[in-house]
Amino acid sequence: MSVVQLENVSRWYGNVVAVNDISMTLQPGVTGLLGPNGAGKTTVLHMMAGFLAPSKGTVTIDNSPTWRNPGIYRTLGLVAEREAVHGFLTAYEFVLACAKMQKLPDPAAATRRALEMVEMTSAQDRRIGTFSKGMRQRTRVAASLVHEPQVLLLDEPFNGMDPRQRVHMMELLHKLGDEGHTILFSSHILEEVEQLSGLVQVIVAGRLAASGDYRRIRRLMTNRPHVFAVQSSDDRRLAIALIGEKSVSGIEVEADGLTVRASDYGSFTRVLPRIALDQGIRLRKLLPSDESLESVFSYLLEA
Amino acid sequence: MSTVAYITARGLFGRRRVLMLLPLPLLLIGLAVICKAYDVSPDQWGQPVVVGLGLAVVLPVISLIVGTGVLGSEVDEGTIVHILTKPLARRDIILAKLLVAAGVSAVTAAVPLFVVGALANSVRFGLALVVGAVAGAIAYSALFLLLSLLSRRPVLLGLAYILVWEGLLGRFVSGTRVLSIEQYVITIADKIAPTGMLDGKVSVPVAVVMSVIFALGGTIYAINRLGSFSVAGETS
Repeated sequence: MSVVQLENVSRWYGNVVAVNDISMTLQPGVTGLLGPNGAGKTTVLHMMAGFLAPSKGTVTIDNSPTWRNPGIYRTLGLVAEREAVHGFLTAYEFVLACAKMQKLPDPAAATRRALEMVEMTSAQDRRIGTFSKGMRQRTRVAASLVHEPQVLLLDEPFNGMDPRQRVHMMELLHKLGDEGHTILFSSHILEEVEQLSGLVQVIVAGRLAASGDYRRIRRLMTNRPHVFAVQSSDDRRLAIALIGEKSVSGIEVEADGLTVRASDYGSFTRVLPRIALDQGIRLRKLLPSDESLESVFSYLLEA
Repeated sequence: MSTVAYITARGLFGRRRVLMLLPLPLLLIGLAVICKAYDVSPDQWGQPVVVGLGLAVVLPVISLIVGTGVLGSEVDEGTIVHILTKPLARRDIILAKLLVAAGVSAVTAAVPLFVVGALANSVRFGLALVVGAVAGAIAYSALFLLLSLLSRRPVLLGLAYILVWEGLLGRFVSGTRVLSIEQYVITIADKIAPTGMLDGKVSVPVAVVMSVIFALGGTIYAINRLGSFSVAGETS
């Protein structure tokens, strides 16, 4: 089990501040690094991977600094965004070379295992230069997994993958996360993050805008009314009863149910069943409809 | 052989770039063979072919193509990341690359120089040129490896060094010769086999000491630079 830690990390290029006083701790499991393009995701990943010195603050993996410390690559794997590979090598040769450079006791076995994990065994003897983008990506993932690192950093790993490969990669990352690896992947595609991980680190304009489970983050945004979709045996009667409640700030009656805006998540979800019971109304559906990562993300961007 | 050296060598020989190494040595041997065949006196062609083409052009240009090819192109393409994300001492990476660069440059330049030297004068002169070329290849390779880490345009900088510093300034401004690898090579080869064809402008101790300084200094500085190798994001 390895922990990646950023403490008050800033990084600037001349007058431009790319990353501004970020502190975060990555625990074992899968975490999504989220932010609009240019927010500083890649800069953060590069500092974690030891490819950039923080201008201020410290970046450590299990208390060892990542900068100017090649030893960390025993516990760290990186899948960079730039997809440059030694195209003149076959997939097998490339992964084997990585296994040898990691000084593994049985590089050939590790190579076969890594290639199996990303389902590349059938194409392993072809030159990487002839691969499609997705195959190249999987080969690079195999290369960074060959030494079974405790920490795996992936910069936009799903770029160029077809839907099937995407699902497979998500399963793989899930599996690794469940096994206790610390996985961080960056993405600007919300569905990917939503499907892969509840834990997010959101970076906006170089600052850490939010950190944690995105559903909890949403609930902590108390200044925004929570939107619920409600269906019941008698929507209009329920609406009349609800509007008298303090925690309810607005109701829309629609053909397929009610859209209720509640100012307080906790008291609304407690009061609704009681009202329904009192009125003898059957609740058929209660769904928080703005708890998707997308709405959380857009609220964070607006803030 | 280390894996880094293996990948480096594969990268060097697996591309068309390697063909660029052929014309210059062939030209060198061709000129010498033609002069010999037409019985031109070595006094007339020896110096221009050995020094003017061999030591002033073939050796440094080949070292430049190879030296920037082993590291500069990997930095340029971004494949260096796969080597850097390994728990390898940066020293070992630079030494492996230097070994391949110096080895390939030395062989590619020394073989034709030996042939030309033997045709122009004697086998002993040919061997002297081989020793000079090996020393020169090591010093040049260390320099061009370092340039690959200092600049995004290592080939341009290297050409400027060869053409402007060694070629132009070296001819007219005597002080620049102390920092000219070409001059060290000439002096070293001339010391081993004095022929009158080579005209060393620096003393033997200066040539030896400065060659070592170039090779060692360049290597140490390159190791240090590689240790702080930064990757900038696509957007930044």
